[in-house]
Amino acid sequence: MATATMTRPGKAGTPPWMAPPSIWVRGIKAFVIVLIVITMIYPLVYVIAMSFASPSQARAGVIFPTEFSLDAYRAIFNGGTVTQGLTNSLFITVVGTLLSLAATSMLAWGLARTRQVPGAKAVLIMVLATMFFSAGIIPNFMLIKYLGLLDSTWSLIIPGLISAFNMIVIRNFFQGLPEELIEAARIDGAGEWRIFLQIVLPLSKPVLAVMGLFYAVGYWNTYFNALLYINDSEKWPIQVVLQQYVLAGVAIPGAVVSPDQPPPPGITLQMAVIVLATVPILIVYPFLQRYFTSGVLTGAIKG
Amino acid sequence: MSVTAEKTGPGTRTERAPGPPAPAKPRKPSLRQRMWRERWSYTFIVPGALFFLVFAYVPMLGNVVAFQQYSPFRGIEGSPWVGFANFNAIWADPEVLTALRNTLIIAVLQLVFAFPAPIALALLLNSLISDRVKRFVQTVVYLPHFLSWVIVISVWQQVLGGGGLVAGILGDMGMPGFDAMTNADTFKLLVVAQGMWKDVGWGTIIFFAAIAGIPNDRYEAAAIDGATPWQRTWHITLPALVPVATLLLILNIGSILTVGFEQLLLQQPMVGANAAQVLDTFVYFRGVMGGQWGIATAAGLLKGVIGTILVLASNKLAKKMGGEGIF
Repeated sequence: MATATMTRPGKAGTPPWMAPPSIWVRGIKAFVIVLIVITMIYPLVYVIAMSFASPSQARAGVIFPTEFSLDAYRAIFNGGTVTQGLTNSLFITVVGTLLSLAATSMLAWGLARTRQVPGAKAVLIMVLATMFFSAGIIPNFMLIKYLGLLDSTWSLIIPGLISAFNMIVIRNFFQGLPEELIEAARIDGAGEWRIFLQIVLPLSKPVLAVMGLFYAVGYWNTYFNALLYINDSEKWPIQVVLQQYVLAGVAIPGAVVSPDQPPPPGITLQMAVIVLATVPILIVYPFLQRYFTSGVLTGAIKG
Repeated sequence: MSVTAEKTGPGTRTERAPGPPAPAKPRKPSLRQRMWRERWSYTFIVPGALFFLVFAYVPMLGNVVAFQQYSPFRGIEGSPWVGFANFNAIWADPEVLTALRNTLIIAVLQLVFAFPAPIALALLLNSLISDRVKRFVQTVVYLPHFLSWVIVISVWQQVLGGGGLVAGILGDMGMPGFDAMTNADTFKLLVVAQGMWKDVGWGTIIFFAAIAGIPNDRYEAAAIDGATPWQRTWHITLPALVPVATLLLILNIGSILTVGFEQLLLQQPMVGANAAQVLDTFVYFRGVMGGQWGIATAAGLLKGVIGTILVLASNKLAKKMGGEGIF
């Protein structure tokens, strides 16, 4: 992992020629680092904690709750709209990621041998060029409309099926695979598809895992395209639902724990929606974190 | 990402360009033969190529709307052509000027504050001796990059908004009315701060890679010659970061007209268009919401063309200054 190579001294600690930093330097560094960590983490911890706060504490507004309750989550799941949003996002994420991986790795394998395949280089340039321009919001909208994809969940999957950047990362990985293995299979008469499915893909699990995670995060975070293409609130992904209920301040319909109980305070409901939209990211993050440094670096540096 | 483009460029440059080969030398198979031999490869290439054609290139044609008085009702064929009228209308539109000014102010603030921040953070983390602390801090600072803008702004709203944590604390201390999220005067700084919160950690990765590439014996030699840690950073580490930083600067300048679209779109209702309208949100609100498709498309097209010119120009400049450039 890159973090290991980053540390010049290695596991042994301070190299002999490095004088220990003075107490002042160490103090300032520690202070700055603690400040950064708190700035990054505390807002998230606060939101998670407040989503579990008891109604009275949530109304009073505390820095950190001490009495907890699950009412906000109960009310949200009773309401149904947030559950619908989560379901939609889950569908987009799972289906989108699988399709993206299939499409991206296919193209990457097709373009891995630019020297042998006539025309492949032209396609490669055509794909790379798309990283430097975009048609713009309105032409894209018109295309989706023309294709009849407005108000369809597919409008959130198909336009982003292949990312040129991810394709290049996978292509680089493919080009680094042992050539003898693939040549041997070719000599044995295996076709391109068989080589791809039975040799290339199984050997590429690490890079496919990283790219899959990147795609999944992207699909889960889909917001603007949904705003643009999806009118039907039944089909909204969770990010649009979150924007409606937290930022636009729309009340969550049906968000009550039980008919004879006052609904939980709006603030805990909002916090709970934020948490529900964030949890999947937090779940995959440890896996991402293990891989992405290497993934990003192989893509960007080794080229 | 552009590093990739630059690296794959030279790598593939040596390869034979496709196209009709010169008068066939005896042993060389003809183009048709080569294509036939690789026919299965095309089953991999064609679907992806079609995808990019349809979803990246075909929409470019939609930009003709910029020269029309377009209405979705009449379609491209039925809408009257108006030449450059939409472009003339852009210059006369005060909202465009506001959007342009906001865009440029935010872009410059980002360049001043957000651009150097990852370099500073990478240097700071690199100077830590404990691997465990370093890894922990990295885990923490990379995380916000993966959260969507909706989540980031919702979280900020809960902390710095009118009903949020900070407002509550200040209220208890007898200073009511704090709300950083709707203050139009400081909004641009808020935008930059949010951007830094989300991406400063992520931005360090590429600099760590550059730092990792510095040979260890340089530090050792410098230390033996009596260089202080600060001098070692200044004379060894920083120069090694210059190529990467130049590259990122080029990209930044190329995208100077694009500032956090979703981020601003989400917050504009809270702060108002005067403070939060940028070029991209203008295109969205005027075109998709306001129905003035022609003007909005013209503004988007103009923005895209200027952006492309800026990338090409800054790339050329970087090469002239002895850097590598992107392509």
